[in-house]
Amino acid sequence: MTAVHRVVVTGLGALTPVGHTASAYWDNLKAGVSGLGPITLTPANDELTQKVAAEVKNFDPLAHFAERQLSTLDRVSQFAVVAAREAIAQSGLIFDMPLSVRTAAIVGTGVGGQTTHDDSFRRVYVEKRTRVFPLTIPKLMVNAPASQVSMACGLRGPAFAVASACASATHAIGLAFHMVRAGQVDCAVTGGAEACITFGTVRGWEAMRVMSPDVCRPFSKDRMGLILGEGAAMMVLEPLARAHARGAQILGEIVGFGMSADAADLTAPDQGGMVRAMRDALADAQLTPTDIQYVNAHGTGTAANDETETKALHEAFGPHAEKLAISSTKSMVGHALGAAGALELVATLLAVRDGIVPPTIGYLGPDPACDLDYVPNAARAVVIDAAMSNSFAFGGLNAVLAVKKFA
Amino acid sequence: MSDVASDVIAIIAKKKRVEKPTVEITDRLEDLGLESLDAVEMIFDLEEKFDIQIPYNANTNNPRTEFETVGDVVKAVDALVAQKKS
Repeated sequence: MTAVHRVVVTGLGALTPVGHTASAYWDNLKAGVSGLGPITLTPANDELTQKVAAEVKNFDPLAHFAERQLSTLDRVSQFAVVAAREAIAQSGLIFDMPLSVRTAAIVGTGVGGQTTHDDSFRRVYVEKRTRVFPLTIPKLMVNAPASQVSMACGLRGPAFAVASACASATHAIGLAFHMVRAGQVDCAVTGGAEACITFGTVRGWEAMRVMSPDVCRPFSKDRMGLILGEGAAMMVLEPLARAHARGAQILGEIVGFGMSADAADLTAPDQGGMVRAMRDALADAQLTPTDIQYVNAHGTGTAANDETETKALHEAFGPHAEKLAISSTKSMVGHALGAAGALELVATLLAVRDGIVPPTIGYLGPDPACDLDYVPNAARAVVIDAAMSNSFAFGGLNAVLAVKKFA
Repeated sequence: MSDVASDVIAIIAKKKRVEKPTVEITDRLEDLGLESLDAVEMIFDLEEKFDIQIPYNANTNNPRTEFETVGDVVKAVDALVAQKKS
């Protein structure tokens, strides 16, 4: 058995529909600001049936990258690198030798470079061009965000992508947490990125018939489904001893990671799988259900997820479920799929640090099937010692992280 | 039986989850064991076959309650096809 370290977070970065930095994102979550709006990113927005998504608005790649670099970077990789740079800058770490080779870059993404995918295939199928851009393949590959973070930030240790649809970022962060805890690496830059508001992908989501036409209202009566989002969030994880030794500012502590597979339906959520992942995270953290005050729910706003997640919370937490503050920040930033778990862990860490639970906005009133406290419509001050962030993916893949207030 | 009816029956028959040699116009969708994704796939097949658009949100529509029988689906498709022609 290798060394077991306490794992702390010393840097956060976020690029979201409600803010281009982690602090702007957090301020807007606390204020209940909606990031939803008209779809503008596709070449044929008017042809889409779905009109609303949560886009990262006013993102100017040239503010972050030289024009020459952009021919190698899909939007999803741009997001990942911008968020990683922010997190690293906050941490104050310099990745020279030997730290560079002892630092992991693990980035979750559901589908990789979809803008490149769509644009290239439009050229060959629609415009009947005979060639696509030379870097189409390395731009669209699912590991591109991880590779670009590693290259842009000089991280030469273990680097790879984690893909588990809507749980990708949570799996990525959980794996990075376990590697740092075990002493397998000395530091990790980890999180998730997604940018798939493209014509083809939105058409795909339309065909599933699970999107709300206008507003995402997780756990509310009259909820009509999810709203697609995009963005990235990244964080720097390191052992407590290293952070202390260099006098770093500590933003929070990750204490547990649990995962499970439903091995049941491809898309229908499964209460048993959710419960096992939550219990696994608690056990990994050596916490009991009553230690948790806040749960950042998966809370997609679909009829099926929110009802099933509520039942799973009842089962995993028992009578304590009714005392939990539970919220879905997807109500404000939509469902950023492979990035969602990272956006939500940033919200969870800052909720714990500040003792403020971000709200579930758009809440119209209780649904009998969703009978817990979802912190409707307005943020709330709550003293939080420990919190949990849930991610439950298509394909029946579940991942849950547990965090504690650093003390 | 109309062409629409036989096409609808053929599409639903592919999606049923119970052992039953034939699908009848009077069969209840619930008794055919259609699950949520089956309904979404059935609607896609119907839209493609008849070149129609069926408004349907899996969060708020439940085909098992809105369309009790196979015949109800046929009626709805007939109406959308007629609407398209007019």
